[in-house]
Amino acid sequence: MFPLRIDALRFAPEGRVVLDELDLVLPGEGISVILGPNGAGKTVLLRLLAGLLPAHGGSIVWGDAPRPAGRLAMVFQQPMLLRMSVFANVEFALRPQAMNAAERRARTTEVLERVGLAYRARDSARLLSGGERQRLALARAWAMRPRLLLLDEPTASLDPSATEAVERIIREIRTEGAKVLMTTHNLGQATRLADDIIFLAEGRVQEHEPAQRFFAHPQSPAARAFMQGELPWRIAFDR
Amino acid sequence: MAHSFRSLMLVLALLASTVHADETLVVASTTSTEQSGLFGWILPRFEQSTAIKVRVVAVGTGQALDIGRRGDADLLFVHDRAAEDKFVAEGYGSYRKDVMYNDFVFVGPKEDPAKTRAAGSALNALKAIAASGQPFVSRGDKSGTHAAELRLWKEAGVDPKALAGYKETGSGMGPTLNMAAATNAYTLSDRATWYAFKNRRDLDLVFAGDPVLFNPYGVIPVNPARHPHVKKEAAERFAQWLVSKEGQEAIAAFRADGQQVFFPNAKK
Amino acid sequence: MTQTLVEALSLLGSFDHRLLDIVGLSLRVSLTALVIGTLLGLPLGAWLAVADFRGRGALIVALNALMGLPSVVVGVLVYLALSRSGPFGSYGLLFSPAAMIVAQSVLVVPLIAAVTRQIVEDAWRDYAPELSLIGIGRAQAVALLLADCRFSLSVAMLAGLGRAMSEVGAVMIVGGNIDGYTRVMTTAIALETSKGDLALSIALGIVLMALILGLNIAVHFIRGWALRRYG
Repeated sequence: MFPLRIDALRFAPEGRVVLDELDLVLPGEGISVILGPNGAGKTVLLRLLAGLLPAHGGSIVWGDAPRPAGRLAMVFQQPMLLRMSVFANVEFALRPQAMNAAERRARTTEVLERVGLAYRARDSARLLSGGERQRLALARAWAMRPRLLLLDEPTASLDPSATEAVERIIREIRTEGAKVLMTTHNLGQATRLADDIIFLAEGRVQEHEPAQRFFAHPQSPAARAFMQGELPWRIAFDR
Repeated sequence: MAHSFRSLMLVLALLASTVHADETLVVASTTSTEQSGLFGWILPRFEQSTAIKVRVVAVGTGQALDIGRRGDADLLFVHDRAAEDKFVAEGYGSYRKDVMYNDFVFVGPKEDPAKTRAAGSALNALKAIAASGQPFVSRGDKSGTHAAELRLWKEAGVDPKALAGYKETGSGMGPTLNMAAATNAYTLSDRATWYAFKNRRDLDLVFAGDPVLFNPYGVIPVNPARHPHVKKEAAERFAQWLVSKEGQEAIAAFRADGQQVFFPNAKK
Repeated sequence: MTQTLVEALSLLGSFDHRLLDIVGLSLRVSLTALVIGTLLGLPLGAWLAVADFRGRGALIVALNALMGLPSVVVGVLVYLALSRSGPFGSYGLLFSPAAMIVAQSVLVVPLIAAVTRQIVEDAWRDYAPELSLIGIGRAQAVALLLADCRFSLSVAMLAGLGRAMSEVGAVMIVGGNIDGYTRVMTTAIALETSKGDLALSIALGIVLMALILGLNIAVHFIRGWALRRYG
């Protein structure tokens, strides 16, 4: 299902243009981080790829196919948690897969250990702290063995130690072979995690290049201004 | 779908029936017989000797007759001669037999502003109430009591609806007496319910005894030709028991407030 | 008045036989109606929450309206249906506890269905994107939502029970208020009051209010416990 080719993608609900003429080619390895000002459409792009929003123009091609051949998983900013135990909140996500009950339990225990939540497996999920919730959501996504993992601001509301724990998990997932596509506001996080940076502004991809090069020499004026913190936090279109 | 629905209904019917070998009989009767306590007295005697469980639905005579027409009861026990005869004539009832009579009494404020105590006759009492402008509460519910009341007004030559103080409650004898007690009004009640009524306040019995106030009760088994499902034998046994020596004695022995209120009058 | 109150309290204290029979029948009828109402109303509400078809909005409005159906109206309709002269007369259910169960079920089903629909629809709105990404089918998702909303749904069921226990119009008409057979708390209160015999009325009224109060206390504690335990 890789490379993922996006051509002239357009998203304009009720005439209000959010993404327009968006082109992107995504390889199947590594962590790609989407940067950009607020309202640029980062979350929208993730949701379009996940199939949660309809495109209003352009095309998304996964390898040679119109649909992804491998599994997609997404972790939202406020992950959905059922009123059940931590364990159950991971286990239920494995039901659509071809695993029997014992296999599901084994896989759940495995990922909970890897994210450091195994000792809380019996606790009620909704009573976890913010950082623990994000780790739980990651565990759930990871358990599914996704080929592509989409993350929307995974550490937005977390303190530094929780952020570090989450970043460690993301790296492990990448090491296991999943492709990670994530958004963030945290430039430090981007420098720590990204293999390549996708800079999104004014509804399209302004730059897409290896992280080191982006941070050393951002090409587009918008990116340069962003890095210098001079871009207004909200952009409006008049198209 | 229809099959499972029928199964559900059968399960409900099973749930409804208690597990006993007794047969049951549904009797539609009037609120006066139920609320006076008569059924509480005579039914155990009947059930003892026959093992038939009698279930009494106590409503106004009008509704009781309607229940009989629909076939939802096996037997009627009501007190409106004209309506009863019509019921049998129309083929809904097998026959009608006299069982007992009680009488109606006038109750009103104990000071008796309309001076009904001295009226001399029931019709004069009604005329006195009309002339005095005192409030009068009617059941207004097509019951036997209501039918009797309207007949008396008609014979007295008074249109009750034209009276300023005339009110219809559309309910049984108890609620009507409640309203009369609360508003210090006159009303027509059957003696038995009056004796059993506990919330009298300032009401008192002010006139009684005139033969036109006698109120005969009849028993009518619902006609199985019209409604084949009715419990024909059980209804027969109850009807026969009511007019038998045993039933008639039980009726005569019933006391409300220490007095006999129902007088057996089955034809020998 | 105090005399009547004293009589009422002594009836309660002595566990008067009549009183216990009446309370027992009330509970039997209303609890059965609750079970039936839940078995029918819960799936209906859940389906309506996630289904998508023309006329769905109209159906929801109709269901919400049925919630407020006056009990006497239900009583008359069920009476006509169960009467021997009616479509379901051959089952002979009129003037029996079964008829009362039917009537109260008719009252309870729309209430539970409407409240379930609201609860599940709100949860569906929150959860549907993630559930679909995980690959959970619609039917399984609904089952998951019902389990997740189990506390709110319990509260809805208790509301249904309260409605059944406090209504008098339907059970009076279809049950016939037969002494020792179809007389429940509400119909007995109506009858005894109309006879002017207030002691039993007040005693039954106290029991009924205590039960309703108990239900509401249970609701309060369920909500609190669920929040503390599950967040």
